[in-house]
Amino acid sequence: MSDVTGFRPPAPGSQPENDTPTYGSTRLRHPTRPLIAFPHTITEATGPAFSPRHFPALADLTLMDGKAAQGERIIVRGRITDEDDRPVPHTMVEIWQANAAGRYNHPGDQHDAPLDPHFKGDGRVFTDADGWYQFTTIKPGAYPWRNHKNAWRPNHIHFSYFGPGFATRLITQMYFPGDPLLAIDPIFHSVPDEAARNRLISSFDLDITQPEWALGYRFDVVLRGRAATPMGV
Amino acid sequence: MSIATAAQTIGPFWHLIEDKSLADLTRFGATGEVLTLTGRITDGEGNPVADACVELWQASPAADERFPGWGRSATDATGTFRFTTLKPGPVPGRGNTQQAPHFAINILARGIITRLYTRAYFQGEALNEADPLLNLIEDPGRRATLIALPDGPSTWRMDIRLQGEGETVFIEV
Ligand SMILES: [Fe+2]
Repeated sequence: MSDVTGFRPPAPGSQPENDTPTYGSTRLRHPTRPLIAFPHTITEATGPAFSPRHFPALADLTLMDGKAAQGERIIVRGRITDEDDRPVPHTMVEIWQANAAGRYNHPGDQHDAPLDPHFKGDGRVFTDADGWYQFTTIKPGAYPWRNHKNAWRPNHIHFSYFGPGFATRLITQMYFPGDPLLAIDPIFHSVPDEAARNRLISSFDLDITQPEWALGYRFDVVLRGRAATPMGV
Repeated sequence: MSIATAAQTIGPFWHLIEDKSLADLTRFGATGEVLTLTGRITDGEGNPVADACVELWQASPAADERFPGWGRSATDATGTFRFTTLKPGPVPGRGNTQQAPHFAINILARGIITRLYTRAYFQGEALNEADPLLNLIEDPGRRATLIALPDGPSTWRMDIRLQGEGETVFIEV
């Protein structure tokens, strides 16, 4: 017997379709056959635990060998909860992003913008017992991406979350308020529901700023909640 | 009640968080039947998917200090991922069913906005016949896309086709 509780299915319109023609790279990379519906078992309902002992936190992306990265310093802070508004404690959060000029420290990024020798662009933090996380970084620049003529990605930070099960795994991107590129970004607009889409936009938060040092943005994230009834029933 | 945050693609530059050691689930000294799981990911035109992040999870053997149960492998220029891990045993299914030994596989990449979830089973496992997921797939050709084949000593191969002829069975998660 295995009465493990699975996770709730996504709310309609809240998640993007992998077949999104406006994002050209999806064309040959989305399945054309229907996905198999299969209720969660122990495989999907459980997931990895990460300890800071094996995965040391790296909460300040603005310093490398003691030297400061170029750009606008920002603090990003937020709370991770589940769909029942319960905090997700001690879960690992991975972060990666472009530098202030819109260039990734990655061999695949050929954008003609300067690399910053003091900025790599990767970070890792854990939520506290109440689901809060925070890190300090540089506001990433926008960059061109050849999806269509004169295509530019809005400023964004990539995020990776795990949560309590393999089914709660989430990769997403955090955007910035007031970015004019959001209106024309196919990846942002791949989320059908407008409210769900707008929840990917962080908010400027004066309480998170550090005077004379860094601006502050708030980005809360919700991971899937447990289904009401155990799967074994 | 709240609604879960929307996914966005992992994109082409996720290697900033890559750590090659994560593909070896035995790195903390786990002991048991060690094996390699490998495979090649191709797209709808048969081209290698060379920028994917492949993640593996197994509920068996149970994760502990020496065995994380989870791994991550980047695909190389040929689209190939490779994990070193322990052979999973059967795990309980819903009700009184039993699931054949399997891995959970998550594929994240540029051009995949959320993720693609599938499983890898082992050819020749007697329990495959009664596995609740495999039994949902009527077409034997489709079912075969989830079965890893022996590919040398202690090595199992399951190629993954994202789209088209021989398309891998993906699972709602
Ligand atoms: Fe990006």
